[in-house]
Amino acid sequence: MRLSPDEMIFWQHGFLKLNGTIVFTWGLMLVLAVGSKLITRKLSTDLKRSRWENLLEIVVTGIEKQIEDVGLRHPKRYIGFLGTLFLFVALASLCTVIPGYEPPTGSLSTTAALALCVLVAVPFFGIEEQGLGGYLKSYVEPTVIMLPFNIISELSRTLALAVRLFGNMMSWTMILAILLTITPFIFPIVMSALGLLTGMVQAYIFSILAAVYIAAATRGRKSKPEPDAKH
Amino acid sequence: MDNMTLIAIASIVTAGLTIALGSIGPALGEGRAVATALSSLAQQPDAATTITRTLFVGLAMIESIAIYCFVVSMILIFANPFWNHVIAQTAEK
Repeated sequence: MRLSPDEMIFWQHGFLKLNGTIVFTWGLMLVLAVGSKLITRKLSTDLKRSRWENLLEIVVTGIEKQIEDVGLRHPKRYIGFLGTLFLFVALASLCTVIPGYEPPTGSLSTTAALALCVLVAVPFFGIEEQGLGGYLKSYVEPTVIMLPFNIISELSRTLALAVRLFGNMMSWTMILAILLTITPFIFPIVMSALGLLTGMVQAYIFSILAAVYIAAATRGRKSKPEPDAKH
Repeated sequence: MDNMTLIAIASIVTAGLTIALGSIGPALGEGRAVATALSSLAQQPDAATTITRTLFVGLAMIESIAIYCFVVSMILIFANPFWNHVIAQTAEK
């Protein structure tokens, strides 16, 4: 019983292994990059535009509005990072309809990498907005005694992000595999539709949580009307 | 009982108990969260998008506890290091 796409090995040469995670991740990156390059070759601002361009515009303006709702004031600065996170995770779980495909986010290495990106991005955006001194000062708020707790909460948030995404993706593929051996036809299809829904929700959750952490870092930890998502 | 049987029994029982006990708390928490969200939606329908988004984020946080328990249970069944060690030992003999 395969626990993750890490164990699907396509090609091996001594030390280097080309396993399922790497192949599927690069496939997704290729689809995203080539697709968007092809669609944005001829952009038009009048009413006559191609369907794909329309689709991309819906997606981009939707993400921008969500980022603005969370409380980040200049969404154009952050949409590169947050939009890519959302699109990658959403496409990774959407492609499970293709037979033979395993989502690369079902492997702890991919989700840990994404969570580490968020861990690096939060201080980066915080320092960009508030300056180094201002950002470091936010760690000792409200008192100096809270300094170790703030640091621990940063690390545990990252861990929670990684394990949440990994657990959700891995559990759905495993449930599907187990069901296929027990009940034949219809029930696994229903469960796979549920797995698709969960994958989309998890993609949304991942990027919204990243946006909330960045908003907390760029606004200071004092007045936050948004859900303070600390574990 | 030798080592192998003991490890097998402990792994299976713990895997079952982990997922059984570990899903009670999150289920109750999620039920309360959705109930409160529905009543506040009824009180203020024009804040629907904010409430819905906050509800989803909160549900994901609560769900992750159940996911942790599920991951531990899966590891005990499928990627159990103690079991693998004992199997390797008996394979050597």
